[in-house]
Amino acid sequence: MRIEYKKKIDYLFKGFLLLTGLISILVTIAIVIVLIDDTVNFFIHPEGGGFPTSVIRFFSETEWTPTFVNKKIGIWPLLCGTFLIAFIAMAISIPLGLLIAVYLSEFAPHSLRESVKPWLDFLEAVPTVVYGYFALLGVTPILQWIFRFFGIEVQGMNALSPGIVLGVMILPFTASLVEDSLRGVPQYLREAAYSLGATKLQTAFQVVIPAARSGILAAYLLGASRAIGETMVVAIAAGMYPNLTLNPLEPVQTITGYIVQVALGDLPFGSFEYLSIFAAGFMLFIVTLFFNLLALYFKSKMERY
Amino acid sequence: MNYKSWEKIFSILSILALLIVLLFLFSIALKLFLDGMHRIFELKFYTSFPSRFPEEAGILSALVGTLYVMAGAIFWSVVLGVPAGIYLEEFGKKGKIARLIEANISNLSAVPSIIYGLLALGIFVYRFDFGESILTAGLTLGLLMLPVIVVTTRESLRRIPRAIREGAYALGATNYELVFHHLLPYSLGGILTGVIIAISRAIGETAPLLTIGALTFIAFLPPPPWENFIEMLKSPFTVLPIQMFNWVSRPQEAFHKNAAAAGFVLLVVCLLLNSVSFYLRYKLRKKYHW
Repeated sequence: MRIEYKKKIDYLFKGFLLLTGLISILVTIAIVIVLIDDTVNFFIHPEGGGFPTSVIRFFSETEWTPTFVNKKIGIWPLLCGTFLIAFIAMAISIPLGLLIAVYLSEFAPHSLRESVKPWLDFLEAVPTVVYGYFALLGVTPILQWIFRFFGIEVQGMNALSPGIVLGVMILPFTASLVEDSLRGVPQYLREAAYSLGATKLQTAFQVVIPAARSGILAAYLLGASRAIGETMVVAIAAGMYPNLTLNPLEPVQTITGYIVQVALGDLPFGSFEYLSIFAAGFMLFIVTLFFNLLALYFKSKMERY
Repeated sequence: MNYKSWEKIFSILSILALLIVLLFLFSIALKLFLDGMHRIFELKFYTSFPSRFPEEAGILSALVGTLYVMAGAIFWSVVLGVPAGIYLEEFGKKGKIARLIEANISNLSAVPSIIYGLLALGIFVYRFDFGESILTAGLTLGLLMLPVIVVTTRESLRRIPRAIREGAYALGATNYELVFHHLLPYSLGGILTGVIIAISRAIGETAPLLTIGALTFIAFLPPPPWENFIEMLKSPFTVLPIQMFNWVSRPQEAFHKNAAAAGFVLLVVCLLLNSVSFYLRYKLRKKYHW
């Protein structure tokens, strides 16, 4: 082949590579455009009351019923359900995850680490719909049984059970991120602590964890973002009733649960119901983006040794 | 209490936490198996279409649909992801565009999967008019898999020493010759591992496909691609996790048994895919010594 041809092919080849890289940016732009476009359409739709009114109603009403005849479009019940479940999930995931990560990175023998890791990886690969099944038909009956001793009736759909399941579900993800940042702490810091007479436990909790705190925080923020965006577990086990409550034993609906509920029906393109899932989705996108950016910020603040 | 016993308490607590998590995994598998036992060992379950009668319902259309959709997803994610990974790792390293793409990809991987569903609903289904078809589903899952593929491609390229590249250039190789004759063959195993992990995630992905309106009651199979490729792409579909979701959300207990059986099949497929990727990674460690 002549050298000119080769050069031309090389240019084309590099161009092709760049093009495929740019497609990922295109995807992001498309996501943002679609969400913004249909959210704007939602707010100017006459059934929501037109532009300024609908935005005010979105943030001031306390009920979310865009699919009913009497339409209320307050986002708070959905946000409340989303954060309630995410909060329960984090309450499970933070202590357990920290315990496991510290143990695996500082205490556990190498062989145990190597044999546990694949199982944690697998836990991460279990389909979320399977977790949903387990939350509804495995965890909820157990919770009902336990709470009966205290004379409390738990409903078949509640926030607690998907919250617990979500907590365990995101645990391998957060634990491995936390472990990575613990391992990023250089050995000499540990040795300095030991030489001053600190025990292993003191070293772990007073030297290693503080040294890795930005990374740990970033890991949990990413975990929270996952819990907020998770769909199937909450769609199956949390109920389909937008409920402005902080009681974890009542059914709630999350943003993702609402999107699934509406998408299951047949929606005409451009109808108010159709647009409402984009408005809700836009809210979800903003919330998770906020958490992701915060995580990114803390990650960038991570000390480099 | 002396520090030794504190340490012991901590270790016991941690191992307990680990056990809880592993027990959780074990009880999920056991629960699915026990609930779905009668259907799992029934051949009819795998060869019949969904039905109003729980005992006659099966997962044939879901299995076939999963196969078609995943084939599409693998195609799109590999065709778009591997070159993007090569570009980022080999050619665009210090450029502004490359850094933008990189930040963008790490952000994309943190976007909730249901947002991809909304993207697909808004763009592929309505604006491009692909409909609620296998093509749309394949594209959607392909985009979802993209970040994983890009990241693993980069990681396995990074493991190849500089000397290989310099040697190739010194002998007058062009960039594409370097990529096709050296980098791709050496990193193929790593990329394959990444693809398999991405598949095992995407195969259980339900939310984005629910959003684009996957049907659950499909009592026919899409035409085989060698007969009518376009018809196949345009055909409506269902996949295993959606079939399972449909069965879970019904009130009758008999359908829950079907859901459990479908979930167990899904779990086994995921476990198999994970073990294959684990094995590949292990083999790979042995194959190349740089």
